[in-house]
Formats: sequence, structure tokens, C-alpha cells
Amino acid sequence: MSVIEARGLRKEFTVRVKRSRLRREKRIVHAVDGVDLTVERGEMLGYIGPNGAGKSTTLKMMTGVLMPSAGEVRVCGYTPVPQRTKLTRRIGVVFGQRSQLWWDLPLRDSFDLLRHIFRVPAADHASRLRRCRSLLDLDEFLDIPVRQLSLGQRMRGELTAALLHGPEVLFLDEPTIGLDVVSKQAVRSFLTEVGVRGDTTLVLTTHDLADIERLCQRLVVIDHGRVVHDGTIDALHARYGSRRRVVVDLDEPVASYSGAIVEADGRRLVFEVDGSAAAVVARLGGLPGLRDIAILEPDIEDVVARLYKTTTEDAP
Amino acid sequence: MALLRGQISAQASYRVSFAIDLGTNMVATMLDVLTVLVLFRVTKALGGFTLREAMVMVGLTALAFAAADLTVGNIERVKLYVNTGRLDAVLVRPLGVLPQLLLMDIPIRKAARSVFGATVLGVALASADIDWTVARVALLVYALLGGVLFFASIFVATASVAFWWIESGEIGNAFTYGGREFTTYPINIYSGWFRRVFAYGLGFGFVSYYPALALLGRTDPLGLRGGRGARAPAVSVAIAAAPAAVWRVGVRHYRSTGS
Repeated sequence: MSVIEARGLRKEFTVRVKRSRLRREKRIVHAVDGVDLTVERGEMLGYIGPNGAGKSTTLKMMTGVLMPSAGEVRVCGYTPVPQRTKLTRRIGVVFGQRSQLWWDLPLRDSFDLLRHIFRVPAADHASRLRRCRSLLDLDEFLDIPVRQLSLGQRMRGELTAALLHGPEVLFLDEPTIGLDVVSKQAVRSFLTEVGVRGDTTLVLTTHDLADIERLCQRLVVIDHGRVVHDGTIDALHARYGSRRRVVVDLDEPVASYSGAIVEADGRRLVFEVDGSAAAVVARLGGLPGLRDIAILEPDIEDVVARLYKTTTEDAP
Repeated sequence: MALLRGQISAQASYRVSFAIDLGTNMVATMLDVLTVLVLFRVTKALGGFTLREAMVMVGLTALAFAAADLTVGNIERVKLYVNTGRLDAVLVRPLGVLPQLLLMDIPIRKAARSVFGATVLGVALASADIDWTVARVALLVYALLGGVLFFASIFVATASVAFWWIESGEIGNAFTYGGREFTTYPINIYSGWFRRVFAYGLGFGFVSYYPALALLGRTDPLGLRGGRGARAPAVSVAIAAAPAAVWRVGVRHYRSTGS
């Protein structure tokens, strides 16, 4: 059974654009413009797109925050807005830029309040909290009011808060935004830990593609409110023809060399390869004056930048 | 309940500001009553009511308004929640939006106003010449509940405006604080369309004026039949149903904010 199902999901906003001092023009913005999406139980889905593409809006429609303008969406078998309170018990939500925690209370108290709000049995609550405490190293700041936590500490608190009621689906809207490298790592490895169990479905939006590479098998790219790619990261590379590169540094410049050379700059040669680089490397092994060989994986940032660019040009 | 406890401990973490708030609220309520007392220094009667009779209306209004303000007054902060998108966090919890917003910010500091309102009402009832019967005691209780519910629904209705009109500013206050001013005085001092709209159209006349008439055993100088006074609280209850509906539609209309 699929956990999330969306058919022709749309959301329109009316914005007023200031034309002159007195005149304002109404304009309809199609934030989400017909999204179809099916997510199976246990999947880890990365949802990416440029700013304003409609990622957050989609997530908000799935979590019961926003009422869709048109189309259907079902999460855990519920229609989010009308069945909001039932749905909230089955899902966990982390909005990177909005806190779920009580600003003036220590984390421990926030967790306790959430237990009451979600009516979680004390034993379940305690065991989940224990797990999060060890995985996220919460102990050192559990008694500090949230307003005095660092962003990284707060985000670890947010993740815990979203998981204490044992949700089936975890929605994360930019969970790593603004975090330093260490905190990002902590968040990612925690999410991996949550994901590998296979009983929690993860949907995350991000601008940090490393999140996706580390966490998600499946990637959905949205732009101008429409899905422009839905598949694995490999499929995305295949589609946009990004290849691995073999960079060769030599002692002496070579006049000519056969093969798919994309760059020849005196003592440096760059080859592109499909699939295994073994053949190219084997041939290069015998080259006189060989100093170094490096194999570069295709950069997902480049692919996505290219993808955003082409879809923007296609747009009316 | 747990939410309530959490809220209290959160507020207690700002001790000085809490004490100052409590004090200023007390003073503000006293000033409201002083206004009426000053008014009666220049005139003997207002709309045919003596000071003692008018104080019953002042007391009913003060207590009903303060109690409503204490329980749902902070709903006006929904403006802030809508404007900043913080309502998102409220919507992903398995509780109604209204109860959560109310519990998230209990203005304990406003409790002082209720105490003061009760005192004014007590003094007014004691000094006014009331022929107490069981029916009148019941009416008093019933009138207060109706009044609290009425002001509470005015708060909710005006706060709902925020879902459509994000910077609703002071519009709401015209009906909440303005409404309180209106019901503080006997409604026959107002005239024409203004009285018709506020007292009957919006129902403010049924908060303190008609119950006070019934308590004092007076006939309405405006000529409504006597029975009206006793039924006034029922009118308040009926009127209160509308804001609840407006609120629900409002939540559906919520637009959130970027990211």
C-alpha cells in the first residue's frame, strides 16, 4: 500500500503586485501546478527544486497545513485537511525554519508536553526518547531553554520532537538549512538510522544535494510547480549525460592521445567514461611520465543546476 | 492541562515583566471604572439610571469582558501566527487550532482584571436596591455566562479576520474594546442607527443592559417588553454560534508563508 498518493495536486495563491502608489494588480501564482506522486512505505524520497518551485507548498498540503486548490492527496489513507487531527498522529513534521518546540522551556519539558498532546504511552515515549538521546547526543542540553540552544542543537531537538509519537511518515522541510558541517552530518546519520529500519517513510526537501546523495534512493525534482524528474540519482545522471571523468597529470606534455578527451591542457588530460573507468586507466598505465590519475564522480550539483536552467528556459 | 502547566512555567521565566504586566493591567481596569464615577459627578442620572443602577451594568460588563479576555482574549495573537506562518506548527499537532492557541499563551496577568471586575459587580449589586429572588440569582449567573460567551465570540470573530486580511490592525479592537465601552453605559443614551446596529444588530445590548434591567426590576425605557431582559443571555448564546463557523472557514483559508 502506498503511504502518500497525490493526483493533480494544485495550489494557487493570489498575490497583489504593487504597480504604482495607488494601483495594485492581482496576479494568480500557481505554486503547485499538477503534481502526481506516489510514495511507498519505507521509501526515502528527496524532494528538490529551486527557491519558489513549490516544494514547501506541496509538503504543507500533505501535512494538512494548507488546503489544496485542486486535486487529491491522501497520506496514510487520510485526506490531510479535513482529517487533520487523525493524520497528525501518524506523521512527524520538521520545518527547518519553524520551531515545534516551546521557546521558553527546556527541551525536556517540550518533549513531555508533546507526549501529552499526542497521548503517547509513557513507556513508548521513554524508549523513543532514549534512542534519540543516544543517537543525537541530547543529554548535554536537555535542560537548557530552547531559546538558548544553538541552531544545531535545536534541530536535533526538533527531530526528536517529530519522532516521539512514532510516526509512519516523517516530513522534513530543509532539515539541514543553516547547519554547520558537523551538525549536518549528525542529522544525516540520524536520518539514515531512522530510514534503514524500513518502517518509517521519509520525505525531505533540501537545497543541499549531499543530503540527497547520502539519504535518498529516489529523487523528485520540481520546478514551477511541476515534477520535472522522478527517479534515482543515477537515472538523473543518465538522462542529462553526466559522466565520470578521469583526470591524468603527466610530467611532459603529450602531443596527441586517442579517446574521449574533453580537456587537454598541456600536461593535464581529462577523459569522460561511461560506466567503469578500468579500461581507460589500464591504457593510461603505460603512458610515459605519468604522475597521477584521479577519477571524478559526476557532480550532482552540476546536473541539477543544468536541470533548473533548462526547465526555466522551457517555461512560458 | 499539560499545555497549561507548560505555559505557566514558560511565563514564570520572565519574572519582572510578569509583575509589571500584572500591575499595569490592574491600573487600566481601575481607570475604566473611574471614568464612570467621574461621569456621575457631573450628572445625577444617565439615561434615567442612577449611579447605583448604572454600576450594575458597569460591573456586569467589567467581569464578563475580563473573564472573556482572560480565556480567549489572546486569540488576537492569531494575527501574529498567521503573519509569520507559525500557525504551521500548530496545525501539525492532533488538537484543535483554537484550544491550542488559547493554551499557548494564557495571559495570567489578566487575571487581576477579572478579580477587579468581580469586586465592582459585587459592590454594585450590594448597593443597588435589588429585590433578590431565586430567579434573579439564576439570571445573574446566566447573564454572566452569556456575557462571557458573547465577548469571547467577539474576540474570536475579530481575530478570524486575520485569515483573510493579514494586517487587520486595530479593526478588531473597535468591536472588542469598543464593544466593552458600549455595554458599560445604558444603551438608551445612544441614539438612532448606531444603537440599532450595536445593541440589536451585533447584540451588545444583551450583555449588560437587558440583564441589568431584569435584575433591577425596571421596565425598558426603550419600550421592549419586560420578558426580554430575562431572555437576553439566550440571545448572546445564539449570536456566539456565528464566530465559531467563521473561525473554521478561516483556518481552511490559511495561506502560510514562504518556505
